[in-house]
Amino acid sequence: MKAPVSWIKEYVALPDDLSVDALAARLTALGLKLEALHTPADAITGPLVVGRVLTIEKEPQKNGKVINWCTVDVADANGTGEPQGIICGAHNFVEGDLVVVSLPGAVLAGGFAISERKTYGHLSAGMICSRAELGLPADGDGIIVLPADSAKPGDEAMPLLGMDDAVIEFEINPDRAYALSLRGVAREAALGFDVPFADPAEFELPAANDAGHQVVVEDEAGCPVFVARTVTGFDPARPTPEWMKLRLEQCGMRSISLGVDISNYVMLELGQPNHCYDAAKVAGPIRVRRATAGEKLTTLDDVVRKLEPADLVIADDNGAIGIAGVMGGASTEVSDSTTEIVVEAAHFDPVTVFRSQKRHKLGSEASKRFERGVDPELPQAAADRVVQLLVELGGATAGEGVTVVGQAPERRVVTAPVDLPARITGMPIPAETTVAHLRAIGADVTVEGDELTAVVPSWRPDISQPFDLVEEVARIVGYEDVPSVLPTAPAGRGLTEVQRLRRRVGRVIAGAGFNEVISYPFTSEADYDALALPADDARRRSLRMENPLNAEQPLLATTLLPGVLHTLARNVGRGNADAAIFETALVFQPTGDEKAPILGTDRRPTDEEWAAIEKAVPAQPQHLALALTGAREDDGWWGQGRAAGWSDAIAAVRDLAGALGVTLDVEAAAVAPWHPGRCAAVSVDGVLLGHAGELHPKVCKAFGLPARSAAAEIDLDALLEHATSPQAPRFSSYPVAKEDVALVVDASVPAAAVEAALREGAGELLESIRLFDVFTGEQVGEGKKSLAFALRFRAADRTLAEGESGAARDAAVARAAEVTGAVQR
Amino acid sequence: MSGPNTEYDPVEVTPLQAAEVEAMRDAAIAAIGAAKDLEELKQVRLEHAGDRSPLALANREIGALPPQARKEAGARVGQARGAVNKALAERTTVLEAEHEERMLVEETVDVTLPTDRRAPGTRHPITTLSERIADVFVAMGWEVAEGPQVEAEWLNFDALNLGADHPARTMQDTFWLQPADAALVLRTHTSPVQARTMLTRQPPIYVVCPGRVYRTDEIDATHSPVFHQVEGLVIDKGITMAHLKGALDHFAAAMFGEGISTRFRPSYFPFTEPSAEVDLVCFVCRNGEVGDPAECRTCRGEGWIEWGGCGVVNPKVLVACGVDPEVYTGFAFGMGIDRTLMFRHNVEDLRDVFEGDVRFAAPFGVEI
Repeated sequence: MKAPVSWIKEYVALPDDLSVDALAARLTALGLKLEALHTPADAITGPLVVGRVLTIEKEPQKNGKVINWCTVDVADANGTGEPQGIICGAHNFVEGDLVVVSLPGAVLAGGFAISERKTYGHLSAGMICSRAELGLPADGDGIIVLPADSAKPGDEAMPLLGMDDAVIEFEINPDRAYALSLRGVAREAALGFDVPFADPAEFELPAANDAGHQVVVEDEAGCPVFVARTVTGFDPARPTPEWMKLRLEQCGMRSISLGVDISNYVMLELGQPNHCYDAAKVAGPIRVRRATAGEKLTTLDDVVRKLEPADLVIADDNGAIGIAGVMGGASTEVSDSTTEIVVEAAHFDPVTVFRSQKRHKLGSEASKRFERGVDPELPQAAADRVVQLLVELGGATAGEGVTVVGQAPERRVVTAPVDLPARITGMPIPAETTVAHLRAIGADVTVEGDELTAVVPSWRPDISQPFDLVEEVARIVGYEDVPSVLPTAPAGRGLTEVQRLRRRVGRVIAGAGFNEVISYPFTSEADYDALALPADDARRRSLRMENPLNAEQPLLATTLLPGVLHTLARNVGRGNADAAIFETALVFQPTGDEKAPILGTDRRPTDEEWAAIEKAVPAQPQHLALALTGAREDDGWWGQGRAAGWSDAIAAVRDLAGALGVTLDVEAAAVAPWHPGRCAAVSVDGVLLGHAGELHPKVCKAFGLPARSAAAEIDLDALLEHATSPQAPRFSSYPVAKEDVALVVDASVPAAAVEAALREGAGELLESIRLFDVFTGEQVGEGKKSLAFALRFRAADRTLAEGESGAARDAAVARAAEVTGAVQR
Repeated sequence: MSGPNTEYDPVEVTPLQAAEVEAMRDAAIAAIGAAKDLEELKQVRLEHAGDRSPLALANREIGALPPQARKEAGARVGQARGAVNKALAERTTVLEAEHEERMLVEETVDVTLPTDRRAPGTRHPITTLSERIADVFVAMGWEVAEGPQVEAEWLNFDALNLGADHPARTMQDTFWLQPADAALVLRTHTSPVQARTMLTRQPPIYVVCPGRVYRTDEIDATHSPVFHQVEGLVIDKGITMAHLKGALDHFAAAMFGEGISTRFRPSYFPFTEPSAEVDLVCFVCRNGEVGDPAECRTCRGEGWIEWGGCGVVNPKVLVACGVDPEVYTGFAFGMGIDRTLMFRHNVEDLRDVFEGDVRFAAPFGVEI
């Protein structure tokens, strides 16, 4: 909402020395937030005066352009009283016109300095200005031509252009619809400075009668009040006066024609949307009714709208002539031949207007006000005001008829404990202050005992409960006076175990050299194809957005891999060739039965209702994904580095499990998007957590990743469920006995199986076992591999006797031979 | 060694004569002194203090002396050997020190060589900032609440006094899920966690909820369809706006430094009444206390920074969530974590937060 300060001052006697900044600040403190301050005069310095064009000599130039060599009377403004010689390229003026002249020394919008200069063979001393050159909204390319006799040469031009008038632009919250009018803004200003307010809607109204245009309201709920007035003899040729054009413009509206401008002006003034119909085009009585199925209406913007039975329409005998509170129809629009006008000012149900506006995607200045709540007591005054202006400015004659159908609802009554504002705000607000402030916003207030009763003003439909009164009192007292008192919570339990563990997960993975990233969970079939997921892969079953931002990414991700792999590829593309990244985020798993109930809000949901909500909300487990490419360790003076690969992805998952006290089972798997020979399934206690390994070459290609890039994804929630709290180990201080064994097995035998067999066979003296070498080659034979293990033996209670560790080693090897066919080298 | 040789004539055993013993001793000490390094000293030790050294051999002869002569000769040889061993020990200490000194010089490395075998990992600053925020409140006894990101429409809107026909609903550009009547959304704010908390816990409630939220904003330098908020909710007896102010002042000081406070401006949120916008005194210019706000790039001349929204929980919300508004009052607040990160750590472009360039997180390490 843009409010010119001069207009605000029409209704409220603000202190003379009040600065615009102070006014804006006070209104902001009251809840009308300053969005921007427009002060066109500040953009210009130096002389800007009215001039009368005395002579124009048209001088064609070689380039085909014609320029004007003008003399302009600026009276004494130039210090000499002699006419000023000025070159001007515009052609929309004639000798005798009043124009706006910036004299040498002036600096225009954008720092454009005006000085005497030689051009086109003349000494041009100044500039005849266009609106754009003054930083004003432009309506054409020409220079400004002031209405004849509106000023005399030498006058200051800024006031004539309204440039000395600041415009305060407010951001109006949805609960303060009344402030979408000068009436409302001025009322707040009066409140803010405790000065009288002259309500522009308060004047004597003609009594309702039956002599006016007939109106039938068929839907009283949708239209509680409808006022119709008529005028005749309107002169459509009359221009909108400059002052009105200026104000409309200051408020961000364009001047269209006198009739339309008056309608808009009254809406800005009072906040009541209204409409002018060409009476000659309205057939029969005006009806307010719901649209019929299939009914059509061409709205003012020349779009044919297919109406729905839920739309409230204004209709005549020929059908709909407007969508109530949203937009009028083209067929009854006032035109340049309109002489008789029916003026409508009505009150419409906010929800009806909101739904129609949404249905037809037709938000308008009118609907914006109606859906937030207009003063239902306004229509008569607003209609009369429109009539007044049509008479005054358009030469019309007011019709005698004053049609008023329905009446405004009773003003709402809200009761509250008189100390509620003090109790809720924590400010020491005495009862008298509460009463005074509520009266200041226009409420009728009575107090009986501890109970306060407020009759809410008609323009405040937002006030419906005691806490609404609290806010009104608090904002006038001032939010800056709210004291600061730290609330004392009962002893808390700190983070939950899972919350703690999640932090640990981040630290462990980051500690392994991975960088955490956040990617969007929006994905697509194309991404799933790029991952080479089979058609029946569960990860393809995704939730779909109704209104995705990008039509090509309509799905909510069931796997973090697309996001992580795209991010990895972006890094590589940006030259971060050695990158290791990870992400923890929710994935979204459809239930197949996505239908959440909309419950009432007048009570707590029943257990059944709550269960229905919980059931409808899809499962959203937290996953961890990681991916890496390039060098895991760099080459350097220390020697060769190491390329990232399949084992790094598995190592990261293993390290994480270790840090959580989880014993992982790792076994070979062949799952997309991994390389089928380099993919590990990781599980715990038989629960599959996810996979890790090298990405399939096709997947690398599809995501634009270097070959051999590796990745992992696990269900983090499932992993955390198995986390254990660390237990202190018991260890022996007797000497250790070390035994190394090298075993040859078939290449297909997993090292983990050999290790498990050794462990089993070694018995309880075995302290640890570690695979320290894997060797293949001629010495071990085709299709074979040699695994070298270091075994450490120790007894808890004694030094091992000679031969004891050797015997345990032999038992271990025997068991490995039995289970895996291992042969000791 | 054999038994005492009673036939032995001590006068004829020359090595045991004083002059001889002294000569052996002096020769040994001279050789020790002449040893230039530990290797040479080792040789000297063999020659002059070893089993076959003259003094060792002389010592063997003592037993052959008549008893009356043994004592004297024993003392003489013992003293000489003692002197030699002492000289050896001293020389060893000196030579070892010299050796060590030389070794330390020889082993000198270039400590300015790079040590970056592997780039360190990082956690995302949104994660660590969220944790830091949570810690501020956990330290006050609050708990951290959580909720799903695909949320029931009723919890995201209706329960928060944002009915289907509320104009404010259109202010939150919502991602809706299919089918059209699923009544599921990507949560537009962390406020549904408020509702969930009230519905699943008994007051008193003191919770904070950092989390990811979604709106249909195209990404640019200051907008993202995915962003992060932190929600605070307190429900207790006798809670007032003053408690809200106290909690936020504490939060502001914990995040931006002692003395950084907040101010309230009236605002509107359907779920709170009264409602306020929260501004933070600019932590760089401190609204003129430290620098000139007009020249401050952080607050752009305002002296204050818009931080979030807050208010007293609307009794309508309490009713829908099963809390008795006659007994309890509460407050709630919500701040943008991304926004907080941006001005707390000079992030110029929000896209950097979501593009995952490994260079972005590097300065943030694993804590913030």
